[in-house]
Amino acid sequence: MDFELSDDEAALADGIRSLCAGRFPLDRLRAAEGGDGLVDLEGWSELAEAGVFSLQLPEASGGIGLGMAASAVVFEELGRALIPGPLLASHLAAYLLAGPTDGPTDGPTDGRVEGVPDGLVDGVAEGKVVVGAVRRPPTSGTGAFVPALVESWSSLGVLVVVDDEGMAVVDPAELDAVRIARPLDPLTALWRVDRLPEGRRIAGAAAAHRWRRDQAVLGGALLVGLAAGTLEMAVAYAKQREQFGKPIGSFQAVKHMCADMLVAAETARAAVHAAAVTIDQPGVGDADRAAAGAGLLASEAAIKNGRTCIQVHGGMGFTWDVPAHLYLMRARVLSEAIGPVAGLAELVAELF
Amino acid sequence: MDLRYSETEESFRLELRKWLVEVVPTLGPKASSLDWPARRVYDTTWQRMLFDAGYAGIDWPVEGGGRAASPVEQLIYLEELERAHAPYVGVNFVGLLHAGPTIVVEGTPEQRARFLPPILRGDEVWCQGFSEPGAGSDLASLRTKAVRDGDEYVVTGQKIWTSHAEVADYCELLVRTGDEGSRHRGITWLAMPMDQPGIDFRPLKTIAGSTEFGELFLDGVRVPVANRMGEENDGWRVTMVTLSFERGTAFVSEVLQSMEFLRDLRTTAERTGAWADGDVRRRLGHLAAELDALWALARRNVSQAARTGVPGVGGSVYKLGLSEIRQRIGEFGMDLIGGAGLSWDDLQGGDGRGSIGNTELVNTWVHGFSRTIAAGTSQIQRNIIAERILGLPKG
Repeated sequence: MDFELSDDEAALADGIRSLCAGRFPLDRLRAAEGGDGLVDLEGWSELAEAGVFSLQLPEASGGIGLGMAASAVVFEELGRALIPGPLLASHLAAYLLAGPTDGPTDGPTDGRVEGVPDGLVDGVAEGKVVVGAVRRPPTSGTGAFVPALVESWSSLGVLVVVDDEGMAVVDPAELDAVRIARPLDPLTALWRVDRLPEGRRIAGAAAAHRWRRDQAVLGGALLVGLAAGTLEMAVAYAKQREQFGKPIGSFQAVKHMCADMLVAAETARAAVHAAAVTIDQPGVGDADRAAAGAGLLASEAAIKNGRTCIQVHGGMGFTWDVPAHLYLMRARVLSEAIGPVAGLAELVAELF
Repeated sequence: MDLRYSETEESFRLELRKWLVEVVPTLGPKASSLDWPARRVYDTTWQRMLFDAGYAGIDWPVEGGGRAASPVEQLIYLEELERAHAPYVGVNFVGLLHAGPTIVVEGTPEQRARFLPPILRGDEVWCQGFSEPGAGSDLASLRTKAVRDGDEYVVTGQKIWTSHAEVADYCELLVRTGDEGSRHRGITWLAMPMDQPGIDFRPLKTIAGSTEFGELFLDGVRVPVANRMGEENDGWRVTMVTLSFERGTAFVSEVLQSMEFLRDLRTTAERTGAWADGDVRRRLGHLAAELDALWALARRNVSQAARTGVPGVGGSVYKLGLSEIRQRIGEFGMDLIGGAGLSWDDLQGGDGRGSIGNTELVNTWVHGFSRTIAAGTSQIQRNIIAERILGLPKG
């Protein structure tokens, strides 16, 4: 047992971190704030070249053939860098929805979904096609549809619709999508879709379950990246900002807020890593429980640290220019994507 | 990252498990928590059994009488003892987890030979004399004075929060040997025999109504210079070795105990019907997720210790998280039983199948308040995290 990052995992994280710093610096991302260019295919294919989408696709299918642990390490860096776009859905689609084109629609014998239509995955691992995902909203009491919010609609090649019964694919072009003028996260463009068609069913409940489980872990990894990013920001500011003649980080009131941020981030990171390793190494624990718990703690850590980061920055933290709010709003987007915190807690309780 | 155990580790686990299955059922009933002499007998009898089977101080180096078990083997050891419901380390805590490891690192060959084997065999029990009424979180301000007189120190002062002093043979004692203002630079570590004249122990009653610790009054107590660990005035550094051990692996068992307690709370909630309430389920699910994460963190700390050889500052993160969650678990238990929580007297008992009675729930809740105070308050842990890990300036 060695629960520290291996040299390969550490190198992978470093590589992604340099790529993000060089190719997607925050000021460049912010220049596209609120616009349509948040997800550009050129940038997307650079992420693909670094292996972001093909990490878990088997080598025989042209992927890198690594597991969840490697993906978790990579996704933490992507989260920390606030990379926009449906990273989770595209990554999951590349290994969960790649498979032969015939056979039953719910038989993930080797963990992958069979019977996926031709072309769905072609180009996803290479970054040529952007895959999005949305949870099918429950119908309201009167049977009317509740609108779905689809992320990055204008960039999508395929939209995966996930519900309790399974997964379906929808051609984004067929949707009547209305742009949300002011999305909560300025770096996540959203479209409102009032009527989500049934689409073409590609997988059943077991596959949808696996999608949600893996999404909780990797969404958790993105959220840990946010929690760590805001911790670094807050600590850097607390060291440099002076009041009463000394750095505010020398006051215990501020110090303890920063310490609590570290505890939240480290605990959530341990949970996410344990969940990822538990999926890779069956037999070391209950993967479903670990995944739900990891998503839950990562979600809370990112939201709490985002909030505290604003507080540590004082009045500046409430300004648009200081990016603290971007981490907090992204945390909300991801928290929603991996499922409501209450549902994750209920799932852990059920499996405990 | 790898959470699988190697074949060697697994065979260590199986060998230990086999032994535990044989011996644990042969143990007599636990001693009453208020009867310290009986607790000493119970705990030291168990320690002797561990010793005879080769499981005493497994992490200690071979020359100290241990088997130089790796941090991963220590983790397995604690996991299996917990799983088998083996006795807790009890009155051997200070000897095995504080004084012993300090002597292993800092003692002379003579001191190791004198002090270590009796600890491992359960023949000698240690207590701790660190805190003072005026030196709590600010331990370096301690004032208990030791004056050199030939081959002896003459010690006068007062210690507090000393556990099981009435049944201890030795006390790991921090004394002031330097000037009044010398702080960290004027402290010395002594092994004080508890049978000396001039020692008076007065128990303190806790908010749980129990006597778990007390005040130690020292008036001209003579301690041989040969019992000094490290150099005179170098006791602070010697102590830091001990404290880093305490924040390293000393609390690993507690997360496993807490998981079992939470599982029993679930059974209790099912029995009382509270489980039908979604809020109750979600609250338990949240606590469970946090315990799972702390267990992951414990394994991370152990992996780090295995790589670097010393327990890291990650211990503070773990200690802080664990202390706080234990309080919240206690709170949850109280909320589950409503009015029955107003009585220490047994009203509803456990059902013997995992359901917990009101006495234990009240006891767990009340004891929870000591968690965020003992072994470094949560506020001190936050200072350590902020200053040593995050590099924030001292105030």
